[in-house]
Amino acid sequence: MAFDKMELRDIEVWDGNFAAAQALRQCQIDVVAAYPITPSTPIVEGYAKFLADGYVEGEFVMVESEHAAMSGCIGAAAAGGRVATATSSQGFALMVETLYQASGMRLPIVLNVVNRALAAPLNVNGDHSDMYLGRDSGWIQLDAYCPQDAYDLNFIAFKVSEDHDVRLPCMVHQDGFMTSHTAQGVHTLADDVAYSFIGDFKPMNDMLDFEHPVTHGVQTEEDWHFEHKARQHNDLMTKVMPKIQAAFDEFEKLSGRKYNIVESYNMDDADVCVVCMGTSVETAREVAQEMREKGIKAGVVGLRVIRPFPFFEIAEALKGVKAVAALDRSSPNGAPGMLFNEIAGCLYNTQERALLSGYVYGLGGRDLTKAHLVSLYKELQANVDAGKVLTPLQQFIGVRGPKLAFL
Amino acid sequence: MANTGWNEFEIGAMLRTFEGKIDDIAGTLQEDRAYTQNSSFSASVADWRIEKPVFNKDFCIDCQFCWIYCPDISIISRDKKMIGVDMDHCKGCGICVEVCPTNPKSLLMFSEQADEEAELAQWPAKDKEKK
Repeated sequence: MAFDKMELRDIEVWDGNFAAAQALRQCQIDVVAAYPITPSTPIVEGYAKFLADGYVEGEFVMVESEHAAMSGCIGAAAAGGRVATATSSQGFALMVETLYQASGMRLPIVLNVVNRALAAPLNVNGDHSDMYLGRDSGWIQLDAYCPQDAYDLNFIAFKVSEDHDVRLPCMVHQDGFMTSHTAQGVHTLADDVAYSFIGDFKPMNDMLDFEHPVTHGVQTEEDWHFEHKARQHNDLMTKVMPKIQAAFDEFEKLSGRKYNIVESYNMDDADVCVVCMGTSVETAREVAQEMREKGIKAGVVGLRVIRPFPFFEIAEALKGVKAVAALDRSSPNGAPGMLFNEIAGCLYNTQERALLSGYVYGLGGRDLTKAHLVSLYKELQANVDAGKVLTPLQQFIGVRGPKLAFL
Repeated sequence: MANTGWNEFEIGAMLRTFEGKIDDIAGTLQEDRAYTQNSSFSASVADWRIEKPVFNKDFCIDCQFCWIYCPDISIISRDKKMIGVDMDHCKGCGICVEVCPTNPKSLLMFSEQADEEAELAQWPAKDKEKK
């Protein structure tokens, strides 16, 4: 190989961005087309530096916008390359049109999304508004809670996305600043081990196969469009989860690190539980442990896979729980939160329908403190004791002013 | 194709131009290529034409101007001899008529409904050179 390998220590002190950049180096990405945006900038900056220093054989394409960045990725992926990029917030919003193109064209692109609030008002800090914006785009969405996850899930993303039975693009989400700029110990894989986990890129219907010319990005009207979308939905609903599970299993054998489609903590005997995503999962785990010392059987459920939505896995994880809180870190702007709605869907037809309440929190990087979660668990326990939800179904955590509650 | 279900086609917004593998496509005449039905070569894409070119062999000098200028590759020419117009792809733009250098022209535009035999029978005579 024409590039240099890098000697890594078993544990490196990396933030989420650098962990993702290292994963892109080890995956030997052919093309990164990028328009950097805070807080995801160091990911593509890192790849560019690895490329300039001879650690990657690839191409860094500087473009004029995020719309162009994803368009460049789509072109490179249709041509037959291993492709990735990164973005956040406003950049993600500008990419949305092309996100649907990428998934409809069934191109295995990996997009690192460092979650950040959407303007207005302008804000560079972490919440899940951009992540929620992408949830109908036909991509696979994986969620990292810490830098280690951000590193590992990039390998999972390429493995699943490039599988010829899947061929769907994949986002790897991490929380802006809380994960992306917080350095932690990250257990590494050696370059060869990491690369052989995903293997050489296997092209499919690539435009550079001149003996089999193809037209990508065709137009279909009412005669064909529905069948294409139905096919894509079918593959998301039936093919992706088994491949993710297989990739998790194989990755565990390789690294000893176990990931699950839905992560459950202290859920075996839990009466009350919090369902959330991102760094909040780690905070909630700590609080749930402490609640048990206070006599409240608390648990935490974290989504590792957001799309396809783990409908049955969530229902299974919530079996036996009496009260559930769905924590949405994105303003629903006139509706219940996404997690509240999805979980309600999972539970509605089950025998034991747990008491479900929704909470909106952490917008624009507002902290979710342990104290917030302590009172939340107590509120859930009160619901259990009363046998009904005593609070409105939608409440706000940590916002100043008169108490906000709806429904 | 119209009755094909959601599970009966290749994934992606992707179509193939040819059946199977191709070899030396530049050296293969269009009629000998294995176009798929998805290729626009296999379809008539001329139904919105309102004027059509009619080709009069008697005056043609096989200069190939029309073949070069046609934006839709609709002039059929074999061994440098003009054969006619591919009416499944011609949009009736009239460029072939414009560039035709003969006197009278070997290609003229008529309404889509015009009868070709009748028009050929009353083809204009040679213009007198104007000084």
